[in-house]
Amino acid sequence: MSVADEATPAPVLRRRWRREAIGPLDYSRRLWLRLTFLAALVFLYAPIITLIVFSFNDSRRNIVWRGFTFKYYEKALGNESLIEAFTNSLTIALLSTAASVVLGAMVAVLLWRFRFPGKAPLEGAMALPIVIPEICMGVAMLAFFARVGWPSDLIWPFNLGSIIIAHISFSFPFVAMVVRARLANFNRELEEAAKDLGASEWETFRDVLIPFMRPGLVAGGLLAFTLSLDDFVITFFTSGPDTVTFPVKVYSMVRFSVTPEVNAASTVLIVITLVLTALAMWLQNRSGQKAEELG
Amino acid sequence: MTESAGIGGAGGKPIISIREVSKIFGGAVTAVDDVSLDIHEGEFFALLGPSGCGKTTLLRMLAGFEIPSLGQVLLDGQSLDGVPPNKRPINMVFQSYAVFPHMSVFDNVAYGLKITGVDKAETMARVDEALELVKLGGFGGRRPDQLSGGQRQRVALARALVKRPRVLLLDEPLSALDAKLREAMQLELVRLRETVGITFVIVTHDQAEALSMANRIAVMESGKVRQVAGPAELYEYPNCRFVADFIGKMNLFEGRVTGLAGNQITVQVEGLGEVTLPAVEQAEGEVGIAVRPEKLRLDREDPGAGRIAFRGRVSEVAYYGDTSNIFITDAAGRAVSANIQNEARRTDSHVAVGDDLWCSWDPQDTLVLTG
Repeated sequence: MSVADEATPAPVLRRRWRREAIGPLDYSRRLWLRLTFLAALVFLYAPIITLIVFSFNDSRRNIVWRGFTFKYYEKALGNESLIEAFTNSLTIALLSTAASVVLGAMVAVLLWRFRFPGKAPLEGAMALPIVIPEICMGVAMLAFFARVGWPSDLIWPFNLGSIIIAHISFSFPFVAMVVRARLANFNRELEEAAKDLGASEWETFRDVLIPFMRPGLVAGGLLAFTLSLDDFVITFFTSGPDTVTFPVKVYSMVRFSVTPEVNAASTVLIVITLVLTALAMWLQNRSGQKAEELG
Repeated sequence: MTESAGIGGAGGKPIISIREVSKIFGGAVTAVDDVSLDIHEGEFFALLGPSGCGKTTLLRMLAGFEIPSLGQVLLDGQSLDGVPPNKRPINMVFQSYAVFPHMSVFDNVAYGLKITGVDKAETMARVDEALELVKLGGFGGRRPDQLSGGQRQRVALARALVKRPRVLLLDEPLSALDAKLREAMQLELVRLRETVGITFVIVTHDQAEALSMANRIAVMESGKVRQVAGPAELYEYPNCRFVADFIGKMNLFEGRVTGLAGNQITVQVEGLGEVTLPAVEQAEGEVGIAVRPEKLRLDREDPGAGRIAFRGRVSEVAYYGDTSNIFITDAAGRAVSANIQNEARRTDSHVAVGDDLWCSWDPQDTLVLTG
């Protein structure tokens, strides 16, 4: 170090780093907004965390922590009627989701692609199951199935038919809406390009339109699946004594008391939903990466 | 002037014949109005016109995406009536390129072969060849979103050319590119057409693009074809006011034919007096007298007899580097534009606003427009 070096003042030092003023949408730097955010987190997630934690609680009551146990998981697994309700729920969700995705995609393509008399009323009618109060849907379904004399004594899984139909009717509009929103951004020249290159109408649909709709189909499918899995009101009206679903079963169990057994079963349901969602997202990502690696 | 024998279109037989084709949308809007055209084997043909003139509709009828309301389109003498787009040996490069976003570059180019059942080994070879042709060798594994606009266009080109079509259609292919790239791509498309020997039909609204690339150009206006000619003929001998004005710049005067003597006509032109011009057929009554800005000469002295001349004052000078555009206003207040080459290197202008000059041109360079 020479003396001359020290004597020369570095001009950089004189430049002061100035903090920018807090902007109107600068949420991370406003205290009251941070507190709101924290409160929202607490109210949204604390109940779920409590539910999961107390499923391991070694006590008949859900109030005081008395030690860790898997007892209630064993008990829930041993509860045949609970397992049956669970199987019913999953079966209904899977079947109604599959049907909703196909039906929803078809409706979306119909409304996006064609102009026909009665299109506007159809669009409105399609959105009805979304806006109609669930309780009304439930009553309507009950009345309908009673009126047509829907058989209630079929063997499993056909005895779930009425519930599956009810679930399809309220979940396919969600799929249709999601897919249609995606189709609004579709470039018609892509379709023409496929035909120009020799693809028939069907091949164009398979190779161009379906791959384009896929994110919408996955998102709509997940929506339909979760809607079906946790639906209580409509299911309650359409289920018979032999066709109890998980939410209906939990409701009947809770009427006596909220036992850790209910907590355990609910935790399993949460885990299943999370795993399925993660799986769908992973599949979605992988199909993108695969196309990148190939070719 | 009849149709010029263009470079590629000279002796070629018509590959596409458009016979009295009209397209009326919704029973009301006439997009294409009674068009008849022949496009020859190996030509680089341009459909040129302002937006809404029907050029894209005409192109889409060749591809099969629109069906002519009247008339028919023939390919190699065979009617294309009822032949869907996927059965026509014609491929198209779309304005948006329409590269399939969910497929790799390789899969995009291979799609047209795969769908028509070409076997794997041949597909591989032909796709590689097509990608080399458009200078995208080694890009096969890329995704379209990893490509620039220019590269995506090359994918669209390769995808159409790999099918070895009889005719390649290009819908405004250069409009989305920046100026430098556009110029390079113009040259490349001409080179590409010479390499593959396929007939190209391009739609464009850019007259410079059409003039520099095409052998033959059809100028369209409101659904009608106004003139079909080679680039030089179109520029030097436009057949109507619309074409004269649309292609390049034009100074237009209105006049009236007063006499016809041998191979010369005399025209009374407002502001110029009586001028004598080489005769043109059917020139009588009201006519347009037109001259290109670069045909004008500016002098300080009277240019003398044998040239059409008037005296005016420089009202504006627009400097473009290689050329300058000088506006001369005559006594009647009419502005005429003259294009002057800046040959010598100098930074001061030898013509300044306010100068009084003689503006003149050769009668041979004058156009008499009757349409």
